[in-house]
Amino acid sequence: MQPRPSTLIAELSYQCPLHCPYCSNPLDIGHERYRTELETEHWIRSFGEARRLGVLQLAFTGGEPMLRRDLVELCAGARDAGLYSSLITAGTLFTRDRAEALKAAGLDHVQISIQSPDAADNDRIAGNRSFEKKIAAARHARDLDFPLTINCVLHRQNLDRIDELLDLTLDLGAQRLELANTQYYGWAVANQEALMPSWEQLQRAEEAVQRFRERVGPAVHVLWVLPDFYEELPKPCMGGWGRTAMVVAPNGDVLPCQAASTIPGLEFANVRDHPLDWIWRESDAFARFRGTDWMQEPCRTCPLGRQEVDWGGCRCQALRLTGDAAAADPVCRFSPHHDRVVAAREPAQDEQFVYRTMKRPARV
Amino acid sequence: MTRPRLATGARLRYDEVREEHVLLIPEGAVRLNATAAQVLELCDGERSLDDIVGALSARFEGAEVRDDVLELVGAMAQRGLVVDAA
Repeated sequence: MQPRPSTLIAELSYQCPLHCPYCSNPLDIGHERYRTELETEHWIRSFGEARRLGVLQLAFTGGEPMLRRDLVELCAGARDAGLYSSLITAGTLFTRDRAEALKAAGLDHVQISIQSPDAADNDRIAGNRSFEKKIAAARHARDLDFPLTINCVLHRQNLDRIDELLDLTLDLGAQRLELANTQYYGWAVANQEALMPSWEQLQRAEEAVQRFRERVGPAVHVLWVLPDFYEELPKPCMGGWGRTAMVVAPNGDVLPCQAASTIPGLEFANVRDHPLDWIWRESDAFARFRGTDWMQEPCRTCPLGRQEVDWGGCRCQALRLTGDAAAADPVCRFSPHHDRVVAAREPAQDEQFVYRTMKRPARV
Repeated sequence: MTRPRLATGARLRYDEVREEHVLLIPEGAVRLNATAAQVLELCDGERSLDDIVGALSARFEGAEVRDDVLELVGAMAQRGLVVDAA
């Protein structure tokens, strides 16, 4: 039986006031194919189609989703479709007035990113003076009784501030803290040498998380996942290709994951042309790596029988490190290319960032 | 736990597509059986645990439900999904 998706990730716009050097958006966000964003009615229609397909969770993301002028309408559309909606925002535009309008329209949950618990460091990493606005945004969210998640992408240049970050989260009254160790897709690839943490940093951070969990209990749920590069077995990327989630890009292309456009030869159907149901069940991009039939060795005869546990890991990572999107994820110790993951663990001494921008093509 | 209520942002609904009750939470969903859904519906921050046990027991013709209610509410509280309104 075909799986049903539970999550729709709506990338409303690739425009963003921040320039984070690990942004998961494609490197070619400035390309003209992303310039024509979907109309309000395309999105609203997709929300209904998504619910009928089984989707329960809708994430408004980007870029910066708050740059969409119709965000209030889209929130109301999500509520009418019966979806649970989350706003994934940098927070700089989440003013009291707009927050109240989104609350009234039925937005369920707010997730605010923080680049570092230190104001100057936050602004340096984001490439934009934004820390104070983020803190104000978090307070608006709490005042309006939104459940609040703080998200921080972790890397070599902020991991040592983990205790400050945990305390800040508590102070802001967040009920969730998502500690997202950098994944090397999108802009993070261009900055891998400046971002890759050391094993000691990760260990210290994990211990800090453990102490915090014991101290605070279930009042704050901390999500902490060891970064891929320090693993020996792959994770089920996106819960498996075409198994749990759909990503709709600003131009309406529907992808199995946010980085799938890096895979050559995949054709993405567009919500302007096809219903989501067809795209999920029939389109080439979703069928390509779904299930286990596409797998090569060593996955095909996995010695641990993990084919339906990790679903082969991440296709984009396989492509980037082996040149073949259908290869085993080289995070796996059984991959013949695992040495490339081990070699990348050596943190380089580069501190310089290549900042995310739409203005000029990235050269990497 | 005096007067349990769902955590801020947690929302009960029936998923017509999968034909099951779910508790929707930020970026997740907890699948529920019909009885668990009834218990959580009663966790409104007004009723005490005794009230909830009484109301549920009445629905099931006086059946002994206390242990089941305490176990479910305890497990949900452990996950931060049910909190005390008192």
